[in-house]
Amino acid sequence: MDAGLLAQYVMNGLMLGMMYALVAVGFTLFFGVLDVIQFSHGDVLTVGAFAALAGFVGLNALGVSSPWLELAIILTLAVAAMALLGALIARYLVMPLRSAPPLNTLLITLMLGTVLREGVRLFYPQGANPKPFPALLPRSSFVFGDFNLRLDNVLMLATGVLVIVGLQFLLNRTKLGLAIRAVAQDEETARTMGINFTAIVLITFALGSGLAAYAGVMNGLYYNEINFGMGLYLGVIGFSAAIIGGLGSIYGAILGGFLFAGLQTIGTVMLPFASAYKDVFAFAVVIAIMAWRPTGLIREKISERV
Amino acid sequence: MAGNNSNAARAGLWPGFAAIALTTCYLAVLLAAEEQNVIIALLVLGIVIVVGAAWFGLFEGVNRSFAEREDAMGIFAIVALVALAAVFHEAHFVLLLVLTVMLYSVATLGLNIQFGYAGVLNFAGASFFGIGAYTSAVLNTHTAVPHLIVLLIGGLLAALIGSLLLLPVLRTRGHYAAVVTIAFALLFKTFLEVNDVLGGPQGMQVPSMKVFGWSFNDNIDIGDITLSFYLNYFVVSLLLLIAAFALVRRLERSWIGLNLDALRLDETAASCFGLNIARWKITAFLIGNFLIGIAGALFGMVGGFVGPNNYTFADSLILVSILLLGGIGNPWGLVVATFIVVVVPEKLQTIQEYRFLLYAVMVIAVLLFRPEGLLPRPVRRYFPGWRP
Repeated sequence: MDAGLLAQYVMNGLMLGMMYALVAVGFTLFFGVLDVIQFSHGDVLTVGAFAALAGFVGLNALGVSSPWLELAIILTLAVAAMALLGALIARYLVMPLRSAPPLNTLLITLMLGTVLREGVRLFYPQGANPKPFPALLPRSSFVFGDFNLRLDNVLMLATGVLVIVGLQFLLNRTKLGLAIRAVAQDEETARTMGINFTAIVLITFALGSGLAAYAGVMNGLYYNEINFGMGLYLGVIGFSAAIIGGLGSIYGAILGGFLFAGLQTIGTVMLPFASAYKDVFAFAVVIAIMAWRPTGLIREKISERV
Repeated sequence: MAGNNSNAARAGLWPGFAAIALTTCYLAVLLAAEEQNVIIALLVLGIVIVVGAAWFGLFEGVNRSFAEREDAMGIFAIVALVALAAVFHEAHFVLLLVLTVMLYSVATLGLNIQFGYAGVLNFAGASFFGIGAYTSAVLNTHTAVPHLIVLLIGGLLAALIGSLLLLPVLRTRGHYAAVVTIAFALLFKTFLEVNDVLGGPQGMQVPSMKVFGWSFNDNIDIGDITLSFYLNYFVVSLLLLIAAFALVRRLERSWIGLNLDALRLDETAASCFGLNIARWKITAFLIGNFLIGIAGALFGMVGGFVGPNNYTFADSLILVSILLLGGIGNPWGLVVATFIVVVVPEKLQTIQEYRFLLYAVMVIAVLLFRPEGLLPRPVRRYFPGWRP
C-alpha cells in the first residue's frame, strides 16, 4: 500500500477516534459520579446534531451568512441545549432511581434513548430520512502527493484536542474538577466535606452531554449527513471504548476511543469485503472485547462487597 | 375439612371465570370495531372499567382465583381464545392479530425466563425472533425439511447463535451484559441488511407451512362455512403457547425456578449456597432463546415475509416493554400486556407510527411510578393452599 492511502486511513481513524473518545468520556464521567451507565447518551448526541441543524436553518432564515459566525452560534446552541438536557435527565430520571435496582436505571435510560430517537424521527421535519449537514468549515485541502489533507479535518481534530485538553484542565486544575473527582471517589466523604452532591452530579451530566453535542456536530461536519439512528451506533461504540479503557478513567476512555477507531480502520483495510460489513465488524469487536476483558484492559481492582 | 376446602375453592373460581368471560367479550367487540371513534370510545371504556374495578377491590377475587385454581383458569383462557377464533373464523386480519399476540406471548415468555427468573439481560429478543423467522424462510425455500421440524430447528438455531454470546454474557453482569446484547441486536440487523444471500434490505418470502401434505395457506371449506386459513396457524400457535406457558409455569415452581430466583436476587449469596451460577444462567439463556426462536420461526411462516426492518433494536425494546408493563416474572401479566401492546396500535391507526415512542414513555412512567409493573408477580407459593 502506498503512503498516501495509508495517511488517508490514519486520518480517517483519527477523526473517528476523536468522536468515539468524546462520547466515551461522557460515559466515564457519568459512571464516575453516579455509578450508572447513561444509555441514552448516544441519542443525546443525535439530538445535539439535530439541534445544530435546526439552528442553522433558523440562522439562514434570519439572513446570517458568515460560515464562521453560523458555526459558532450553532455549536454553542447545541452544546448548551444538550448540557441542559443532560442535567434534566440526571435530575428527573436517573437520580430518583438511585435506590431502585440497577435494572430499572438501565431500562429507564434505554427507553429515554428510544424517546429521543423516535422524537427526532417523528417530530423533526422529515426526520426519518438522512439530513444533509451544512459544510461550514473551509473546504480547501493540502495536497501531499496522493494524500489529500483536508483543512476542515485538521481544524476538527485540533479543536477536539483542545476540548479534551480543556476538560483535563477543568478536572485536574480547578475546584469544580476537584469536587467532581471527590464525588467520584467517595460520595459520602465528599458530602461531609461540604460538596453539594446534587449540583456536582448535574454539572457532570451537563458537561458530558455537552461533549456529546460537540461530537454530534463534529460527526455532521465530517460526514455532511446526520440521521436519527446515528447516536445509537456511536453510543454503543463509545460505551465499548469507555470499557476498553476501564470505566471511570478519563485517559482510559480517550485511549479506548482511539484504539477502537484503530481496530475498525485496520478491519476495513484488512478485510476485502469489509466496506459493507464495517458496522457488523465493529459490533463483533464490541462483543469480543466484552468476552475478553469484561471490565476493560485495566482491570478494576475491587472485590465483591457482601 | 375436605368439603370446606372444595367449597372455598369453588367460590374462588367465579371471579376469575367472570373476568375471563368479560375480557373475551370486550376483546371480541374491540377487534370487530372498525371506526376509529368507536375504538377510542371502547378503549376509554376499558380503562374506566379496569380502574373502577380496581377502585372497588374487585380484582382481589380475581387474583385469588388465579392463585388458587390456576389450572382451571388456564382451561378457561384456552376456551376463551378458541371462542375468539370461532367468532372471527372468516376475518383474516383479526385472526392475524390474535396470532401475533399469541406468538409474541411465546417470545416474551422466553424473555421472561431470562429477565424475570434468572436475571440475565437480553436486549436482542427481536434478533432471536428474527433468527427463527429467517430459519424458516431459508429452510422452507431451499430444503424439504418437514415444517414442524423447521420450527424446532428455528428454536435450536436461535439457542445456538445465542450461545455465541454466552461467554461475554457470563463474564459480565448488569450494564455490561446489556451492552453485549445491544451490540448483538445492532450487529444482527446490519448483517441482514448487507447479506445478499438472505435477501439484503428487501428480505425474503417465506413459503407457507405444510404439515403431512396439509397446506396451511388454503381456506377450509366445511359445507357452506369458509374458515380462514389462519385457523390452521391458530391451532399450531395455540398448542405452542400452551406448551410454552406450561413449561414456564412448571419451571418457575420447580426447584430450578427456585435456583433461578436465588441467582437473580443475589448472585454472591446463591453461589455461597453451592448453586452453580454459570450453569443456571446458561440454562435460562438457552431455554429463553429457544422459545423465542420457535415463536419467530412460526411467525415467519404466518407472515409469509421476513425483512431486516422487522427485527430491529426498537422491536427488541418493545418486547422488553411488554415484559415490564406486564410485571416481570408474571406469565399471566405478560399475556395481558402483549394484548395491549400488539392490539392497541393496530386498531388505533393514528398511534401506529408513534408506538415505539408511546411504549417507551409508558415504560418510563411505569418505572418511575409503579416499578413492579401493572400486574406484579405474586409471592412464590411453596405449597398448595399456602399463604404468605
